[in-house]
Amino acid sequence: MSDVKIRFDDVVKRYGPLVVLDHLNFQVADGEIVSIIGPSGSGKTTVLRVLMTLEEIQDGVIYVAGEPLNKMESGGRLVPASKAHVRRLRSRIGMVFQNFNLFPHMTALQNCIESPVYTNGLSKEEAIKASMELLDMVGLADKRDHYPSQLSGGQQQRVAIARTLAMRPEILLFDEPTSALDPEMVGEVLNVIRQLATAHSYTMLMVTHQMGFAREVSDRVCFFDKGKIVEQNVPAELFDRPQNERLQKFLSSVKEAH
Amino acid sequence: MDWKWDFTFDVVLPRMWEAAGVTVYATFAAFLIAIVLGLVLMLLKSYGPKFVQYPVTEFIEFIRATPLLVQIFFLFFVLPDINITLPPVTTGILALGIYNSVLCAEVYRAGIQAVPRGQWEAATALNLSTYRTFRDIIIPQSLPPIVPALGNYLIAIFKETPLLSFVAVAEIMQISKLIGSEYYRFTEAVTIAGIFFLVMSLVAAAMVRVVENYVKRSILH
Repeated sequence: MSDVKIRFDDVVKRYGPLVVLDHLNFQVADGEIVSIIGPSGSGKTTVLRVLMTLEEIQDGVIYVAGEPLNKMESGGRLVPASKAHVRRLRSRIGMVFQNFNLFPHMTALQNCIESPVYTNGLSKEEAIKASMELLDMVGLADKRDHYPSQLSGGQQQRVAIARTLAMRPEILLFDEPTSALDPEMVGEVLNVIRQLATAHSYTMLMVTHQMGFAREVSDRVCFFDKGKIVEQNVPAELFDRPQNERLQKFLSSVKEAH
Repeated sequence: MDWKWDFTFDVVLPRMWEAAGVTVYATFAAFLIAIVLGLVLMLLKSYGPKFVQYPVTEFIEFIRATPLLVQIFFLFFVLPDINITLPPVTTGILALGIYNSVLCAEVYRAGIQAVPRGQWEAATALNLSTYRTFRDIIIPQSLPPIVPALGNYLIAIFKETPLLSFVAVAEIMQISKLIGSEYYRFTEAVTIAGIFFLVMSLVAAAMVRVVENYVKRSILH
C-alpha cells in the first residue's frame, strides 16, 4: 500500500514500569485527517511525540511514507536510525504544540523563517516571501515584527501554525492546539486548522478535546485508552453509535462538562 | 593616627598606580580564561562523548574541592619542575582562570537548563541542527541569567588577585606590603590598596548592571 503515510507497527513506549503505548498498530492514509480523543494519560499525545521524534520508543517500528523512522535499512536488516536518517524523514513532519513554543526572542517573521533558511536552505528573501504568505493566510501579516509576548494566545498559536507550515511538511501534528487558549480565542485557531483541512492535502493527526471540531473536520476518529486504540470509525458513527463501553462513558462525561 | 600626605603622594601613589595596572590586567586575563575554558568544560561535561565526560567531571570536582591559594602555589612550584617556566604573573593568571572556569561552567549549565523544554522540542520539530539549536534558540535565551552571574565572577576574580602576592606578583597588595616593609609605614599603602579595591568593585558592579540591563532588554523584549 503506497498511500499509507504513517504506520505504527507494534509500537511500545514505556516510562520505567509505566506502559504508555501498548503494542500499538495504527495507520494513517495519505491526505487523511485523523483525530485522536481519549482520557488523559491514555497515550494520545505520546503518539504525536514519538512520531515527531521527541521521545524514543522501546519496541516496534514507525514508518513515515513507507520508510522506517526510528530504524533504517542496512544490508537488508533494520538497524537503529542514524541522526542524518532521522533528520531527513523528520523534515516531512511538522508539529503544533499545546503551548505554542514560539521562540520568545524572535519576531513572528523570524520565528517563521528560521527553519526554511537554516534547514531547507532557502535564501532569506525566498523564506521571507513564503513566510509572509503564510502569515497572511493565518491573518497576521501585520504582526510580522511583533514578538510573541506582544501577541495574544490565539495569535501566538496562529504564528506557530505558520511557522510549522513554512518548513513545508507533508504531515501535520496538532497536540491539543486550543487547550491553552482562552475560550474566546479558540475559534480563530480552529478556523485556520479548518482551512488547512479543507483546502490543502496535508495528512493531519490531531489530538483534541474539541469533539464538535473533531467531528466536523476528521475523516476518522480514534478513541485511545490505556495505550491502545479501543475504537475507531468515521466521526458520525463513532460519536452517534459508540460500541465500546469506555468510549460511551467518555463521551457522556465530556457531554456533561459542556 | 599618623598619616603623612606627602609620603602618600610622593611614594605610595606612583608605585600603587603601576601595581593597579597589573591587578586590572591579571583580572581581565583570568576572566577571559575562565569564561572560555568554562564554556569548553561545560560542553564537554554535558554534551561530550562518555569517555570525556568522566575525567572532565572529576577535574571540575578536584578544582572545586581545593583552595585557590593551594592551586596557585602548586602551579608556581610544580610547573618549573616539568620544565614549564612562566613569569609569576602568568602562572597566577592561569591559576585564577582555571579556578574560576569550573565555577563559570556551572553558570553556563544552569543558564541552559533554565531554557524551557518546549524550546528544545520546537527546535526538533522544526528540524534545526544541533548547532543552530544552540546558536539561535538556546544560547540567546540562556544569556539573561548567565551574564549577571559572569559579571559577579569578574568582580570575584578582581578581589582574589591579592592572593597572587603570595607568589610575588607585583600587584597592588604585594606593592603595598613592599612599601610598608621598606619604609616601616603600612597605614598609607594598605589604606590606598583598600580604597582602590572598593572603588574598582563599585565601578565594576555598576558596569555589570548596565550590561545586564542591556542583555535583558535586547533579548527578552
